[in-house]
Amino acid sequence: MPLWDWNYAFDILPDLLLALVTTIEITVLGSVVALLLGLVFAVLRRLHIPVLDQVLWAFVEVVRSTPLLVQVFFLFFVLPQFGITLSAFVVGVVGLGIHYATYTSEVYRAGIDAIPKGQWEACTALSLPRLRVWTGVILPQAVPRVLPALGNYVISMFKEVPLLLAIGVVEVVNEARELGSLTFRYTEPYTIAGLLFLLLSYPASMLVRRLERRRAAA
Amino acid sequence: MPPPDTTASTPGSTTEPMIVFDGVEKRFGSNVVLKDLSFTVAPGEHVTLIGPSGSGKTTILRLLMTLEQLDEGTISVGGRYLSHELRGGKLTPPREKYLRDVRKHIGMVFQQFNLFPNMTVRGNLIEGPTRVLGLSKAEANSRAEELLDLVGLKEKIDAHPTQLSGGQQQRVAIARALAMRPDVLLLDEVTSALDPELVTGVLKLLQDIGESTDITILCVTHEMGFARDFSHRVMMFDGGRVLEDAPPDKLFTDPDHQRTKDFLHAVLDH
Repeated sequence: MPLWDWNYAFDILPDLLLALVTTIEITVLGSVVALLLGLVFAVLRRLHIPVLDQVLWAFVEVVRSTPLLVQVFFLFFVLPQFGITLSAFVVGVVGLGIHYATYTSEVYRAGIDAIPKGQWEACTALSLPRLRVWTGVILPQAVPRVLPALGNYVISMFKEVPLLLAIGVVEVVNEARELGSLTFRYTEPYTIAGLLFLLLSYPASMLVRRLERRRAAA
Repeated sequence: MPPPDTTASTPGSTTEPMIVFDGVEKRFGSNVVLKDLSFTVAPGEHVTLIGPSGSGKTTILRLLMTLEQLDEGTISVGGRYLSHELRGGKLTPPREKYLRDVRKHIGMVFQQFNLFPNMTVRGNLIEGPTRVLGLSKAEANSRAEELLDLVGLKEKIDAHPTQLSGGQQQRVAIARALAMRPDVLLLDEVTSALDPELVTGVLKLLQDIGESTDITILCVTHEMGFARDFSHRVMMFDGGRVLEDAPPDKLFTDPDHQRTKDFLHAVLDH
C-alpha cells in the first residue's frame, strides 16, 4: 500500500470540504459574538459602573484563566442540568465567542485608551450626548487601530474550532478522524485537513500583516 | 475700551453678569490651584487671564467647560449654576443632563485643536449643531460654509484635519466652537502650539471675531500684544489668586504690583 493514495485523497476531499464549511461557519459566527461582546465588555468596563464593573472583571478573569475545553464541556454537559440545552454547533459558536470576547475586550480597551484625552474634552465642549461620543468619535478612531489585533484573534479562533470535536461537532479534523477510522488510512485525511487550515490561515495572516503595515504607515 | 454695546441678543438682562465665580476653590490632591476666587464677567466682555504657568488660569477655563469639578464655591454662567444644580431650592451636584444643557452655551478652543480626525472639516462643523442643537443637515451645512468663509478656509470643507496645517486646524476648531453659537467662548492658549508664522493670522481672526460678535470671551494667552488689543480687562493671576484686575492700558503700562511688573518683563523680553 502506497504511503499516499491520490484516488483516496480525491474521494474524501468533498467530505472534508463540507466539514470545512462547518468550521468556517463556526468561525464567522463565533467571531461576530467575540467582536460584539468584546466591544460591549470594553465599553462597559470603561463606564466604571459599580458592581457591574467587578462582575465583569471577575467574569473575564475566570474565562481567561480556564481552558476553553472546560468552558465548552460546561456549556454542553452542565447547562442542560439547568434546563438549557444547546446543540453542539451553538455551543461551539457561543463557547468560542465568549472565550475570545474576553481577549478582544482587552484589545478594544487598549484602542480606546489610546485615544487622546483632548478628543473626549472636545466632545464635552460640544456637549455631545454620551452615546454619540462613543459611536461618532471614540470608536471610529479606536476600532480601526486595533483591527490587526482583532484579525489575529479571528485566525486563532479558526484554528481552535477542531477542539469542538470533543462535543461531536463535525468540523474538518473530526471528519478526518472519522474517515480515517473507516479505512484505517489516516495520512490522507489528516494531511488534507492540515493543508486546508494552512490554505486559509496563511493568506489571512498575510492580510492582517498588510493591515498592520498600513496602520503603522498611516 | 468699554464692553461693546451690542448685547441685545444675549439672554438675560445686560446688567446681570454672564459669568460669576463665587468663592471658588480647586485642589489637585493637596495642591491648591485656586483659592477663594471670586470675580464676574459682563456679557460681551473680553477678559484675558495672564500669569505664570501653574497660576490656575487654564483651570478657570476648564472649570467653566466642566472638564474639572470644583471643590468649594459656585460658578454660574448666564444666570444658571454650572457647578451645581438648583433643585427644590437646594444646591445639589449637577446631573449629566442638566450639565449638557448649561454647557451648550459655552464653547472652547483648545491649545491642541482637538478636531475629530475621523471626520472631514464639514463633519467637525456640523456635528454639534446637528447632534446637540437639533439643526437639520442643510441648516448645519450652510452654517458650516458661512463660518469656513469667515475663517478663510472655504475650499477645505471636505478635507480631513490631518491634511491641514496647525493654523488651519485651529481656524477650523474656532469655527467649530462658533457653530454652536455660544454665549461664552473660552480660548485656552490657542496659539501656543502653532508655528510662529501662523500665530498672527489666528490672532487676527480672533480679533475680527471679537469685534463682530457679542460673545463673552475668556482667553488664556502668552501673546501680550494680542491681550492688549483684544481685551476689555486683563486679570493677572499668581498662586491661584487674582493679583490685579484692570483694563489692559493700565495693567500693561502701570501695574500696581511689582509681581505683575516682573512677570510682564519676563514675557515681553522673549
